[in-house]
Amino acid sequence: MNDLNPSGWRPSTGSSEPGAWRPTVTGHRALEQDEPLLFEIGSLDGCGVDFDEDDGAEMLDALPRRTTPVALPGLSEPEAVRHYTRLSRQNYAIDLGLFPLGSCTMKHNPRLNEKVARMPGFASVHPLQPQQTVEGALEVIAQLADWLVALTGMASVAMTPKAGAHGELCGLLAIRAALEARGEADARRVILVPESAHGTNPATAAFAGFTVAPIPANPDGRIDLAALLERLGDDVAGVMITNPNTCGLFERDMKTIADAVHAAGGYVYCDGANFNAVVGRVRPGDLGVDAMHINLHKTFSTPHGGGGPGAGPVVLSQALAPFAPLPMVVRDEAGKPRLIEDPAERTDAFGRMCAFHGQMGMFTRALAYILTHGADGLRQVSGDAVLNANYLLASLKDVLDAPFAESGACMHEALFSDAGFAEGFSTLDLAKGLIDEGFHPMTVYFPLVVHGAMLVEPTETESKAALDQFIAAMRDLARRAKDGDPALKAAPVHAPRRRLDETLAARKPRLVWKEA
Amino acid sequence: MPRYFTRDHEWIEVDGPKARVGITDYAQSQLGDITYVDLPAVGATMARGDSVAVIDSVKAASDVYAPAGGTVTAVNAALEEAPELVNASAEADGWLWELDLADPVELDELLDAAAYTDFIAGL
Repeated sequence: MNDLNPSGWRPSTGSSEPGAWRPTVTGHRALEQDEPLLFEIGSLDGCGVDFDEDDGAEMLDALPRRTTPVALPGLSEPEAVRHYTRLSRQNYAIDLGLFPLGSCTMKHNPRLNEKVARMPGFASVHPLQPQQTVEGALEVIAQLADWLVALTGMASVAMTPKAGAHGELCGLLAIRAALEARGEADARRVILVPESAHGTNPATAAFAGFTVAPIPANPDGRIDLAALLERLGDDVAGVMITNPNTCGLFERDMKTIADAVHAAGGYVYCDGANFNAVVGRVRPGDLGVDAMHINLHKTFSTPHGGGGPGAGPVVLSQALAPFAPLPMVVRDEAGKPRLIEDPAERTDAFGRMCAFHGQMGMFTRALAYILTHGADGLRQVSGDAVLNANYLLASLKDVLDAPFAESGACMHEALFSDAGFAEGFSTLDLAKGLIDEGFHPMTVYFPLVVHGAMLVEPTETESKAALDQFIAAMRDLARRAKDGDPALKAAPVHAPRRRLDETLAARKPRLVWKEA
Repeated sequence: MPRYFTRDHEWIEVDGPKARVGITDYAQSQLGDITYVDLPAVGATMARGDSVAVIDSVKAASDVYAPAGGTVTAVNAALEEAPELVNASAEADGWLWELDLADPVELDELLDAAAYTDFIAGL
């Protein structure tokens, strides 16, 4: 019901009597179509293309030929198209509804970004084209780099890393190169990682060849400052801090920590995954950060692409800037962008992380987003993101335990625990119930410092009406979990598949299709 | 044989200069269904507090810290095929590794059963 429909009139949806339902012959349920595996609908002798039997046969005869069938399922073009379209309709997407995955910033991907990215001058360039034929693309990279440097208050940016974790690796390799230049790489082997940091941080530090030393969180959900200061020393290469952290809180001691780490000879890496909460308001450079990746697919609205294509540019302080990987776009004295590819021009660069200059399609989308918002719009983005998260927190904390509700306002995500649920009911049950309500579940069981954690990030692109619907669903599910409603243990009941045996899937994964 | 506990929820059972290590029943109940156990190599040396094993469960991947330093003499090979043993029997059949203790004095800083029970009651 709203102002445009005061009576709340709805078109008839027909009979919804429980007895009216019976299994269908096809297994389909109207538009919800059951879809077998490709191997079950294809056939060995099927093929989507008509080949001329004789065409090229003479050439093939001269070559070694396999004698056994390839055993791939042959499908016609419409069969293949329908297969993937049907599967896509069983999937959840940001274009279908609120996607509250905490720490993921699942915001709307503006369609104007897509229009810009599809312009042939950007979409059709090839990384091996001569520089003078791609000046527009280089200008896009340089302009985006200028914005990222300005928004973060840093000295420079490495644009090539392909994702957040790749960016973390870039930052740590830059730190290692800086330590090598100081002759201290062998002495400084330890990276401090607070418990409130992103889960990828310790993995990155280990992959980059460092040893990880965990730093506990204090009861407020922030870094235990005393424990961190006590651990600093000659063996510490640096610290990796996620700010705002995974408890949804701003690390207020950031500047004190950075000053102490610098005084002890280390560097400060900041995980920028949660930059959406502070963009336009806080410049990490002012807090003493030496390196931070920026997930363009989070803060700057490029698509989360099922593992790719991502882009995770890394902004660098004056101390680390010389070690940035190649290739790099710089502006010459006249302001014209130029691509540096030759290591002889940047002898301190630690190497290359990618064959080419980065994810052009993501750069154009992110720059389109930035230019449509402008500096004032980006400031409003973080304000609205934090407002939405606090609206959720305020609307749910009377029915769900909010462990850090007393630690001050949350940032862009609200954290709840399973405290108070009935015996035998868990966060997982509530998350499965959300599927029945038509939402993607929130991030569950992370961060690890909270029992049965539920991390909810609404982002700024949700309307109040959308938040209210989500809140209503969450309140009902919280009540059912506290009352011990047995039906909740069966959720999801409306999804294409019932609750899966996740333990069996993890213990005995079947990764390859085999006939039973 | 004396058994000690850590605040990170490992147990260590000491037999002279040798010891056997696992995670506590409380730890397995918090982790949920365990799906994979990554154990140290036989012959590996460890210092007390080192992260030396990883336990994957449906909820999380968790480090296991060495309650005491030493050299690994055996690992529980049954866990490779049956990680669920840790859920079923965390403090007996689901043990993780055995070691020759480097310095038994380190054990003095660990909790006894009563102190550990008090510790988890306060969590």
